[in-house]
Amino acid sequence: MTTNLHAPTRRHLLLASGTLFAWAHLPKVALAEGRDPRLLVIVLRGALDGLAAVAPVGDPDWIALRGEKALTLADKTPGLALDAMFALNPAMPNLHRLYQAGAATIVHAAATPYRERSHFDGQDVLESGLARPGAVSTGWLNRALAALEPAGSANPARSNTRNAFAVGPIAPLVVRGSAPVLSWTPPRLPPASDDTAMRLLDLYRHADPALARVLEERMGLAEIARGVDDKSRPAAAAQVRAFFTEAAGTAAKFMARPDGPRVGALALDGWDTHANEGALDGRLAALLGALDGAIAAIETNMGDAWRESVVAVITEFGRTARINGTDGTDHGTGTVALLAGGALKGGRVVADWPGLKEANLHEKRDLKATTDLRAVLKGLLRDHLRVDEAALASKVFPESSAVKPVTGLLA
Amino acid sequence: MALDSKAEATLALNRFGLGPRTGSITAIASDPRGALIAELDRQSAGRIQNPELMSSGVATRAAFAFQQAQRELRRNAKSAPKESQESKDAAKDVAKDAAAPAGPSPGAAKAPEPKLDPKSNAGISPQQIYLDEAKARLTTALDAEIGFVERLAWFWSNHFCVSADKFGVRPIAGAFEREAIRTNVLGRFVDMLRAVETHPAMLLYLDNARSIGPTSQAGKNRGRGLNENLAREILELHTLGVRTVYTQDDVTAFAKVITGWSIVPLAQDPERGGEFIFNPRMHEPGTQTIIGEAYADAGFDQGRRVLADLARHPATAQHVAHKLAKHFVADDPALALVERLAKRFRDTEGDLKEVAKALVASPEAWATPRGKLRRPTEWIVASLRATGVNVTDVRPVMQAQNLLGEPLWRPPAPNGFADDDATWLDGLSQRLDVANQMATRIAAAADPNAVFEEALAPIASAETKRTVARAESRTQALALLLMAPEFQRR
Repeated sequence: MTTNLHAPTRRHLLLASGTLFAWAHLPKVALAEGRDPRLLVIVLRGALDGLAAVAPVGDPDWIALRGEKALTLADKTPGLALDAMFALNPAMPNLHRLYQAGAATIVHAAATPYRERSHFDGQDVLESGLARPGAVSTGWLNRALAALEPAGSANPARSNTRNAFAVGPIAPLVVRGSAPVLSWTPPRLPPASDDTAMRLLDLYRHADPALARVLEERMGLAEIARGVDDKSRPAAAAQVRAFFTEAAGTAAKFMARPDGPRVGALALDGWDTHANEGALDGRLAALLGALDGAIAAIETNMGDAWRESVVAVITEFGRTARINGTDGTDHGTGTVALLAGGALKGGRVVADWPGLKEANLHEKRDLKATTDLRAVLKGLLRDHLRVDEAALASKVFPESSAVKPVTGLLA
Repeated sequence: MALDSKAEATLALNRFGLGPRTGSITAIASDPRGALIAELDRQSAGRIQNPELMSSGVATRAAFAFQQAQRELRRNAKSAPKESQESKDAAKDVAKDAAAPAGPSPGAAKAPEPKLDPKSNAGISPQQIYLDEAKARLTTALDAEIGFVERLAWFWSNHFCVSADKFGVRPIAGAFEREAIRTNVLGRFVDMLRAVETHPAMLLYLDNARSIGPTSQAGKNRGRGLNENLAREILELHTLGVRTVYTQDDVTAFAKVITGWSIVPLAQDPERGGEFIFNPRMHEPGTQTIIGEAYADAGFDQGRRVLADLARHPATAQHVAHKLAKHFVADDPALALVERLAKRFRDTEGDLKEVAKALVASPEAWATPRGKLRRPTEWIVASLRATGVNVTDVRPVMQAQNLLGEPLWRPPAPNGFADDDATWLDGLSQRLDVANQMATRIAAAADPNAVFEEALAPIASAETKRTVARAESRTQALALLLMAPEFQRR
């Protein structure tokens, strides 16, 4: 594993991906301005509980909603204050440090236009950039690249190619499309997550007790099933953290190179916390900590390029405002998007806060989405990569001309 | 419990075949039994049509030439180690290669071995031949409409197993299956038996190639002698079955009968090296008595007659019938089923196609509840078929086989891979990891809802349906689908 962490070379890219390496292109307009921007999109699959990641500690209805599961500033693991209203989950000290340094922005109560609650459809809408689910084969990030005019290439033989960069065995939908995509696969795929194993165990218990017994014995799942959290399985949490760090850190290393790709995406799974969510000291805390480590690895490995970087962390939808009957949360609507990077005018929470009284909740159960996630992404693409606004409204995010780009995200 | 037609079609595909592909269930739903029989009746069923694959003789000589060339290279490079040790090292390297992770490993990128003319001086590496054979076998399995004949071929290949880890066997393990098993898979048992026991792969694997009659010409000259390994396994594993009607004296006598069943030495004959030869100079002269029957010395024919009688013995029918029923239907199959198959075997003098038809016609083969865990390779192939993945590189598939304990043509012992749930249940958590990896690699190409509909829906429980539908991602949905009880058991 370490071999690839040391200075990944183009040769490795070639060998590992089986695709041709082509010289990266620089967005021509941005380049003309003397900038060389990087954009890395991280898709959290499974729906992040935005209220657990960034808690509205200043909302008078917050504690009543989540009770002892609510993150506050007065816990034994207190939240990290962002402003008078919001506090960051204490598992994310790096993001908090970046926020204080003006290099991170939180967008809250945001969502795509999708209002149903299917993961697959929700992920399709999130990554395709379309207004609704349906047959899709291309993602908004790829179409944004296709809309960019490339600057001259260092290698004229490949002057008609542009590169995005996807980490993972298969390119996430968000980067699929006509613009050529390089790929790099971590040398070792992550083992099946505890979440997948638990779902399988649950199925076996109902449908095939003999298989359930074997799985329990072999995987030591009995403890997890009893609700003992991830702390009892430090190895599992460490594996997740190591995978996130390697995936994100390696992406950054490639993107930092002068001839490396400028735009990339990766997907991190495991956020579907229906039971024993553990926002403060369990599974979700471990996942957020792993994400925080990934962001730190990106910052480190980007080196000088960090100044011109933006990392956008997005998810298909949020989760229920209340805790459910199994100490978790179910599929919801509004959630957070986390932005980090030296190119941001950060240190703020961007939110048109809808409030948490029952009447203010979407369908009386979810945090209402008051910010269209597409507006945030359009703002980044326009102001960071200089994607043409007309293309953003038609090709990149079709039927979105009414959704105006958020201004002022970039420094 | 009466099954609806789609559920019965799914059972046919899972229990007798290699699992549904898109459209399979619908295609055979009107007559699942008829579809199974039709696959048996297809012309050249069981054969692998691939002109690129080499016969065992050609493969052995190509591998030998390769090793000679390598040796030459090393000798030129510096001082040559002792030859015998070198051969052993080469064998070990080859074994390691099979277990090594596929794909390029950073820093240690090896250029792919070019395919060469087998007759050229450079030869072809045993590992490359092994990989080519593995690829052809996988492709055949993925392309099969139902896969009943493939399952039969796999069954017999495991019944008469050889191991690629034995020196000399790696380059011909695939050829062995094609030449001895597949050509006879729907023919007569006695023909398969004779083809197997005279095949160089088996003669190497169970040491008969070097077994010498103590009073034969060679025995007298060299003072070396009998090796009972193959004779014992023929009686114990291939025909009569353990603890049946034979004694140690029968084993020894039979071993003498098949002395001289050997292989043309490679160094001696560049044209026929590596092929079967009956060498009268190694053959023990004289009459031998086996299970009360005296066999006069007739050279090669003496052994052929013994094999014919073993094939005809009722204990063999019983042994084979039980193994077939156990493999296809249940760990502890109904006696009536075993008896029906044994009777068909006896009545048709071991016509394997008729026995396969009797299996399809047996009510127990359909009424027995779905219980047997798919063997690892069956499950891997079923997963690939269900998801419609286009496999270009066979190595990750072979790694999965290794990880799950069923490395291709590398059984732990001459009795082959086990055929009971208890053995394979152990690997369930590894299966989850493999399922997860497969799902991660194919999630872009396969829609879990479509795979569910095409491969699982007719037999899926409400719990399975719900679990797949509620997965947090397509990747997770696919992994859970492949791990569902209905996909694991058949």
